[in-house]
Amino acid sequence: MNEKRVQSGRYFMMGNVACAEGAIAAGCEFAAGYPITPATEIANTLAERLPKVGGAFFQMEDEISSIAAVIGASWAGKKAMTATSGPGISLMLENIGFAIGVETPCVIVNVQRGAPSTGMPTIGIQGDMVQAKHGSHGDYQIIALCPSSPQEMFDHTVLAFNYAEKYRTPVFVLSDAFVGHMREEVTIPEADRIERVYRKIPAPGTDPLEIKGFLDEDVAPMPIFGQGFKAHVTSSCHDEVGKRNLIDISALDKFIRKLSNKILKHRDEITLVEKDYEGAEVVLVSYGAVARAARAAALRAREEGLPVGTLRLITPWPFPSEEIEKMARTAKQVIVLENNLGQMYPYIKAEAAPFSQVSFLPPRWVGEIHDPEHILTKIREVLR
Amino acid sequence: MSELTHPLHRFIRPTVPHSTFCPGCGDGIVAQSILRAIDELGMDLDDFVFVSGIGCAAWIPSPLFNADVLHTTHGRPIAFAFGIKAGLPDKKVMVVSGDGDLVAIGGNHLIQNARRNADLTVLCINNGIYGMTGGQAAPTTPMGVRTTTTPYGTFENPFEDISAMVIAAGASFVARWTTAHPRELTRSIKKAIQRKGFSFIEVLSQCPVQFGRKAGLSGAVQMIEDYKKRSLLAREAGKLGPEERKGRIVVGELVEMDKPEMFEEVQKMKARAEGGVS
Repeated sequence: MNEKRVQSGRYFMMGNVACAEGAIAAGCEFAAGYPITPATEIANTLAERLPKVGGAFFQMEDEISSIAAVIGASWAGKKAMTATSGPGISLMLENIGFAIGVETPCVIVNVQRGAPSTGMPTIGIQGDMVQAKHGSHGDYQIIALCPSSPQEMFDHTVLAFNYAEKYRTPVFVLSDAFVGHMREEVTIPEADRIERVYRKIPAPGTDPLEIKGFLDEDVAPMPIFGQGFKAHVTSSCHDEVGKRNLIDISALDKFIRKLSNKILKHRDEITLVEKDYEGAEVVLVSYGAVARAARAAALRAREEGLPVGTLRLITPWPFPSEEIEKMARTAKQVIVLENNLGQMYPYIKAEAAPFSQVSFLPPRWVGEIHDPEHILTKIREVLR
Repeated sequence: MSELTHPLHRFIRPTVPHSTFCPGCGDGIVAQSILRAIDELGMDLDDFVFVSGIGCAAWIPSPLFNADVLHTTHGRPIAFAFGIKAGLPDKKVMVVSGDGDLVAIGGNHLIQNARRNADLTVLCINNGIYGMTGGQAAPTTPMGVRTTTTPYGTFENPFEDISAMVIAAGASFVARWTTAHPRELTRSIKKAIQRKGFSFIEVLSQCPVQFGRKAGLSGAVQMIEDYKKRSLLAREAGKLGPEERKGRIVVGELVEMDKPEMFEEVQKMKARAEGGVS
């Protein structure tokens, strides 16, 4: 192969391109997708770069088949991903539930855009935050990461693959049109400085009848195809060996709980937040692109002598309830900032309200990143 | 004295004690034809990955076949199979599903992968009805038949020739048989497995419980007799006019041709990319 997977160096790079480079650095071999603004540059970059390192990007007939092919490739043993925006995610949701049900590692990048429906494709909003958690039917847990810079489009995509492989689950990268199209400095580390996780699989030659490939809260080894494991893989209710059971509700209860607990049991290892609120009376809680504005507002407020701190959710899912509570116990005022009409706000409020005053601040117009001055006005208001 | 076992029993998943098919269902005949084809080719189930969707026919490989099996969402097995084949190009990837799954909800995946001539073997078990959900009209249900969702008779033109659609879309091997032709079916499945490209076999299969009763047919035997009576070999069909062909089922290998296969083209594309030639 002529080209290296890891293009180490310093670049001035678009977020979407950094995302594709992160995927390739993480070991992605298969990608499938359907053209959609504002995610298309990810597909374009993967289509150009993957074949040079032995992989391939496939343009499918729709997003439904894109995620289906990704899941198929993952069962064939490949690290696999898709990238799309809200309308594409809406089409993928049934099969995302399938991926959760049969514990399939894969990465789904959602470069969020003006919505609902076809909305406004080139404008970033944080409109699909709850969809990622609750969009597919049934109870389940999901892992999601919220990058706020092109550098994090690279870093979080690598991390998303590692989480996917470690916990055998689909992982969302919840970006938006601003971060996806933003150009900034991106540093791609040396290959040996990038952690790469690979899924556990049963030892070669294991008797298929001895393999328990599903429903282990500590993540069962994945009986990938083509190894003679004779895996029976169905997203219908099944037991540890993959046998379908459509009549016994105790089997259903176990199916639901084990899948959920697999993520919840490891919540502390998964959860990432960025906090800077020591001694702060007012804490700005945000994520993604909005966290940049929150940071700028907090720094300006401190220059004015106002006691303002920040808490940024890097992983909105699984929901970092303990981190929210910890913060709320020290703050007097919590201001939740989102580029939407309040999607994470009810979840944050539920954890923080017993300990502090909680309010919500959208941007002046949904679709813009908050003006730090607009945030400062709100800070002065709650401190009055 | 040793117990008698079916010669194909070794292909059945040991943890599965019985099938879920209704008495008289054609799915058993199709299952035997698939396994007999694999047996006659001297192949092993580990040479295959089976993929199925939702519906009665999807339960042929899942869980019966003692192989890698992916039982997917409704309508999407071909799309899942695409990813599996991309990841495991040396394995035979076979989709086994019904007409509702592959032609109604999953119609676009069928058409697009026939167009790609992607190296997959797709068996479409066409029983003309949604059996598993209790006998609803399918796009293949003949005009006027009373079903649970068309209690006064269907009012839509059905797909009269799924195979013709798949041929038009670009598949390189297409055959149609009925459950009255198990030997011919086995032969075509063998050919489909060995060929590179998108191989599509439509199998008309009786559903005496959800279709036969409603269409006024008494049972499985009568339905198979009816298939026999109405079947017309493709090479004979050409000699007849449209009036004489009315109501007949044209059976046989309808298309067999060589054309570029997608995953082979992918390998060529990768070679171009690696060589830096665009």
